[in-house]
Amino acid sequence: MLFRMIRGVLFHQKGKMLLIAITIALGASLATGMLNVVMDVEDKVNKELKNYGANITVKPKDASLLSDIYDVGEGGEALNAAYLREDELGKLKTIFWAFNIVDFTPFLDTQATLPDGDGAEVVGTWFNHHLSLPTGEELDAGVQGMRSWWEITDGRWLNEADEGADSEIMVGALLAERKRWTVGETVKLTGSHGERDMTIVGIYDAGGDEDEQIFATLDAVQALTDREGKVASIEVSALTTPDNDLARRAAKNPAALTSRDYETWYCTAYVSAICYQIQEVITGSVASAVRQVAESEGTVLDKTKLLMILITALSLIGSALGISNLVTASVMERAQEIGLLKAIGAKDRSITGVVMTEILITALVGFAAGYGMGFGFAQLIGRSVFGSAIEMNTKVIPIVAGLIALVTIAGSLPAIRMVLRLKPAEVLHGGH
Amino acid sequence: MALLELKNISKIYGELKALDNVSIHVDKGEWVAIMGPSGSGKSTMMNIIGCMDKPTKGEVLLDGEDISKLPSKRLTDIRRDKIGLIFQQFHMVTYLTAVENVMVSQYYHSMPDEEEALEALGRVGLRERAKHLPSQLSGGEQQRVCVARALINHPELILADEPTGNLDEANENIVLDLFRQLHREGTTLIVVTHDPEVADAAQRTIVLEHGKVAREVVNENFVE
Repeated sequence: MLFRMIRGVLFHQKGKMLLIAITIALGASLATGMLNVVMDVEDKVNKELKNYGANITVKPKDASLLSDIYDVGEGGEALNAAYLREDELGKLKTIFWAFNIVDFTPFLDTQATLPDGDGAEVVGTWFNHHLSLPTGEELDAGVQGMRSWWEITDGRWLNEADEGADSEIMVGALLAERKRWTVGETVKLTGSHGERDMTIVGIYDAGGDEDEQIFATLDAVQALTDREGKVASIEVSALTTPDNDLARRAAKNPAALTSRDYETWYCTAYVSAICYQIQEVITGSVASAVRQVAESEGTVLDKTKLLMILITALSLIGSALGISNLVTASVMERAQEIGLLKAIGAKDRSITGVVMTEILITALVGFAAGYGMGFGFAQLIGRSVFGSAIEMNTKVIPIVAGLIALVTIAGSLPAIRMVLRLKPAEVLHGGH
Repeated sequence: MALLELKNISKIYGELKALDNVSIHVDKGEWVAIMGPSGSGKSTMMNIIGCMDKPTKGEVLLDGEDISKLPSKRLTDIRRDKIGLIFQQFHMVTYLTAVENVMVSQYYHSMPDEEEALEALGRVGLRERAKHLPSQLSGGEQQRVCVARALINHPELILADEPTGNLDEANENIVLDLFRQLHREGTTLIVVTHDPEVADAAQRTIVLEHGKVAREVVNENFVE
């Protein structure tokens, strides 16, 4: 009988039930979309922020100390008595958080003499250096990925795969303008250990100090300065988890952590944990976070998440209000029927049960439709904002189902209150 | 033996006395009509007798039990177990068929039994219309379904509020014949009406005016 009654109401009030289902579907779709994005946004935003450069720098222990004491910048060749080893760079992709290391590149700089007698800073680095790791992984690392904001105003990126790449350079826009150099021109660079004719293949606008520099391959600078196999610093771009109290404590002194905290910290992609692991594999190195970038990432991430959670909450509140109006209208329309059921002996809880079952069945349909819509919605956000698909998280299903149940019940409360207060005498034949 | 006794019942809404110190009694198996003009307190009395309202003052004894101060949950139980209600506007569940409308009453009383519900419909001459929705039935047929619904749980008292108010003469006679049949079987009937012909069918008529019992008339010509 209960089934017949519920079926009867669902078909008899199909217009109203459809509206309730649509209201729930809209709330569920927004909640599903937003929560899936929130759960996937960390990686997405991190990847986006990686376009703005490295968030970890690795220096030799001694150089780092001297650099800190004397505040010498790049090009402090005389003080850089210590170096990192180029052959250890591949180890960066062997640490616990190897998959979070998105890109990296070594640097070795020198002050070279130009044909007109002026000096210029020449930076040796990888551009698109191909690495075959012992793990079987193949990857291209270098400044081309790490300096994605560089605008090539003339020519092209230096390609390490080209024959003669070690005799090619890229020149900063300001330096090229001052020296009136153009692409294709050959410039003789004199280093501390020889000289070499270098062909300009590209002129770039970096919007900073690098516009006064010359970028050459690492091999070329090593040869010019007789520092084969040596690297002055490494820039690493890594996907990280925003710092919390544990990460801040660990950054000061990992040894001071309890073994449980240490394990949690080590197995979370905090920037300090990744730095620590880099130091473990690169001999004599000090890895440090570029604080500004790391903190910006955390702030942007937290704010993005908060915004999405607020949108979810607002959409659910909107759904609850919509459900409240529609269910109340439905109950008002059925006042005589409910009064009749009470008159023939139905208890309040039986009628409430029937009404709630109808609404929850409708909610279930709305939730199923909304979840499907939310899936598409999340993909739309992923594609349009981050340029990639959003991974659907199964945890979202019970969360959204619970939220929808809560919203539906909360939205139905005014109608249930009306059902409980309804007196059969008043709706069946007037009070007196 | 009295099935129902109203002792000094008053129902007051603010300044208005819908019922003013009314006392009546109805014996088991009796058929009583309650008459009166609009605003005389007929519906208020029906609501109180039907356990759908409580008096402001006085006692209502149903089968010896004072129900005037019982909580609404208990009144629901009494309404379900002892009273069959028939309304002027029929009040059927619009999306259920005739037989399902009868079964609803069984569902809230005990267990729905379709065969028994069909028998009740057969008794009011509507077995073949069992699968029809209310919208597919005439007013007279709808009221007969409501009679079947009222008697399906074998109530001690059938309380009808203007049961023929929306019916033509032919259907009015059918409904009155059903009441006669129920009366012969020993069911107590209280019929609220403003129609003298319907009142004449009862054994006794109580006339209300301005919330008070104006007079009681025993029908000398009552035919079983």
